[in-house]
Amino acid sequence: MARTLPALPTVSGPTGTLYRGREGMWSWVGHRITGVLIFVFLLVHVLDTALVTVSPQAYDAVIASYKNPVVGLGEAGLVAAVLFHAFNGIRIMLVDFWSKGPRYHRQLFWGVLAVWLVLFVPFLVRHLSIIFSPVEH
Amino acid sequence: MTAVQSTPGPAQAIDAPRSPYRRSKPTRTNFELYAWLFMRMSGVLLVVLVLGHLFVNLVLGDGIHQVDFAFVAGKWASPFWKVWDLSMLWLAMLHGTNGVRTIINDYAERNGTRFWLKMALYVAFTLTVVLGTLVIFTFDPCPVGADIDASALPSFCPAR
Repeated sequence: MARTLPALPTVSGPTGTLYRGREGMWSWVGHRITGVLIFVFLLVHVLDTALVTVSPQAYDAVIASYKNPVVGLGEAGLVAAVLFHAFNGIRIMLVDFWSKGPRYHRQLFWGVLAVWLVLFVPFLVRHLSIIFSPVEH
Repeated sequence: MTAVQSTPGPAQAIDAPRSPYRRSKPTRTNFELYAWLFMRMSGVLLVVLVLGHLFVNLVLGDGIHQVDFAFVAGKWASPFWKVWDLSMLWLAMLHGTNGVRTIINDYAERNGTRFWLKMALYVAFTLTVVLGTLVIFTFDPCPVGADIDASALPSFCPAR
């Protein structure tokens, strides 16, 4: 006869020092992914901006190819990544240098997401209204 | 009769309890400490520089649609934006390169893989920073020549 194992106790409130799978881990994962993404963009961005020294029309031709909704949505994704990385970076500094930072690192993570939402939503409304309107010459 | 001891006694074989030990070989410098500190110091500055850059270029005016040669020339006619963009280029490249270096050290397990990935990273760093710095310092907002389309120039240029 198979014995049934007792159900694991459920815990409400702080669960000790468990880091894996919780806010601290996701903050770290998000920081790495957004960081690599921004770095790769930065290399390309310096290259396309360098076209200003080739000729005005060379730069304008490449930038004009960016002015469509597909690239525009990519830009929105980039801004989303930059905003997360910026405010999660401030969270990391608070955890490192503020005496109460480690204690409140989970609340700080939710604060980062709140600030991200408050800044990104208005940006997205503004940016979508630009990229879905015709380009004026 | 004296006992012959063929193996070292406990005093030589193991350290006394709680004796200090090193987890890794000592390094000559505190490079990793300064790299850690640099990430935080440059991070604070980059929050202001990058978010300011995005706000001016993507939110103010016509947003992304305003960006063309004349827009860039208008900005780089002012030393303020040249210093802004140069600081942003150097800080972001150092910050990003150090971040990717950390990630390579974490995930590339073979010594050779780790070495060559970091060499590729440092080559990309050097090329990008040198190119970007040259572009900012040698930029001419009003280039002249037969191959230059004057209609693309900013309004303050005599050729227009």
